[in-house]
Amino acid sequence: MTVITHERFHPSEAVEFDESPAVTAGAGAAAITLSGLEKSFGANRVLRGINLHIPAGQFVAVIGKSGCGKSTLLRILMGLDEPTSGELHFEGADGAEIQPNARIVFQEPRLLPWLSVADNVVVGLAEGIEKKRARAEAKAVLDEVQLAEKAGEWPARLSGGQRQRVALARALISKPGILALDEPLGALDALTRISMQQLLNRVWRELGCTTVLVTHDVSEAVHLADRVIVLEEGRIALDLAIPYPHPRRHGNPALAELEGRLLSAILGSEGGH
Amino acid sequence: MSTFDTPFARAGAEAGKTRAGGARSGGARAGFRLTLPGRDRLLPYLVPVAIVALWQLGCSVGWISSRIMPSPADVASAFWTTTISGQLPEDVLVSAGRAFAGLLVGGSIGFLLGIANGVSKLSEQLTDTVLQMLRTIPHLAMIPLVILWFGIGEESKLFLTSLGVLFPVYLNTYHGVRNVDRDLIEMGKVYGMSGWTLFRKVIFPGALPSIFVGLRYALGIMWLTLIVSESIAASSGIGHMANNAREFMMTDVVVLALVIYAVLGKLADIVARALERQTLKWNPVYAK
Repeated sequence: MTVITHERFHPSEAVEFDESPAVTAGAGAAAITLSGLEKSFGANRVLRGINLHIPAGQFVAVIGKSGCGKSTLLRILMGLDEPTSGELHFEGADGAEIQPNARIVFQEPRLLPWLSVADNVVVGLAEGIEKKRARAEAKAVLDEVQLAEKAGEWPARLSGGQRQRVALARALISKPGILALDEPLGALDALTRISMQQLLNRVWRELGCTTVLVTHDVSEAVHLADRVIVLEEGRIALDLAIPYPHPRRHGNPALAELEGRLLSAILGSEGGH
Repeated sequence: MSTFDTPFARAGAEAGKTRAGGARSGGARAGFRLTLPGRDRLLPYLVPVAIVALWQLGCSVGWISSRIMPSPADVASAFWTTTISGQLPEDVLVSAGRAFAGLLVGGSIGFLLGIANGVSKLSEQLTDTVLQMLRTIPHLAMIPLVILWFGIGEESKLFLTSLGVLFPVYLNTYHGVRNVDRDLIEMGKVYGMSGWTLFRKVIFPGALPSIFVGLRYALGIMWLTLIVSESIAASSGIGHMANNAREFMMTDVVVLALVIYAVLGKLADIVARALERQTLKWNPVYAK
């Protein structure tokens, strides 16, 4: 694993609804190419030929009903599962194949309960980094997720939203080139979820990492992503660009319209909506 | 900077404040039940003190024959004389030494086997069945064989106590390792941990609560085994002291031996509990 020197994230100067539509890819951001990706568990074909190119720095949301294969896709991306067939490539800025620094945030925080909040964040760093420096970096990232004052606490003393922010800090401390988010806000209440969405959007804009968010919340997908992919029975049913500047305000009518279209695309096969 | 300062977030904070306020007033109501300072500390000793007082009363009035049961005062004086003569401290030291040597040897073997079988499938397949079979044999049933093997020397006591503590430590360590949250192990692997690092940072701390259960259980078995083996085959130690006293009908020394065992057992448990509290302070169950 490469050791990445850590500078403090620069707070974005971006004003709401500025003119620049796209976020520039960060230094370590990798492009992802999936070709003919298949995954079967026994007779159950979960992914049936996924072809997808995600440019470096893009924020992609993958949505679909339960069992559509979206979590499996993310697990393959993270190397947690092997594809049955098909290929998976990561390319750096120069187009050469690289082994990216990929980090994941799960639906549950999965913090180590016997480590303090700061030490949990340090878990995200490569082994062998000097303790003092690791601590300082953890402090900086915790500050970024607004939990600096909880650095010495046990995870058991935090609320669900705070724990998930620690998990996010743990993913961010090594400045990943790819950030995988597996329904990270699924277990949070509605208000906490909105603040977390704003936080995710901000760190993504600052870091410029390629981000893949798996979610079943269409509104979340539309507000955060440059591009939404609808999976249906292991295939890409829809690949929709969301060409609006970040950060996006809740209640924007154009986004609401997109949200409606996506919902009917997902539910359409059941004749719903 | 504060992206959280939306009207929604503020409303949430307000709601949180009200909730917290409600809880506080509820707490104040509960606080009306006045508690004496240290009441919770003293209460557990009330019944033992009452029993000793009744016992002393029964002996003084003559309800209880001193040949059957010595009075607490007699036991206290036996404690005093044996302490002055140096016999008691010596026997206590010998017994405690045996107990902890057994714990160290048997506990280490049980711990290492538990870890190995929890982590490695091969090791589990090789040894778990044998251990499960041996576990069902009451280890004290081996006393005749142990005397034939080792005589009444130190080896026999060490062997029996080690054997006794091995199984509870093994079973609970194994169980603890096997029950470490799979999600945490997966997280560790995704974050680049493997081998020793994964063990040190995730598996061992995750198994620790269960290991402590095994340790405290083992302490009980440790004293039990020692008492029995010292009464049957020893030339020193508290068990030998009690057995010797029986020959001379010195009931006060016999009862003193029992009291010493109880105190040593309780002390060992206090140490284990303190250790548990210290190492598991991250766990809300053990937090003060």
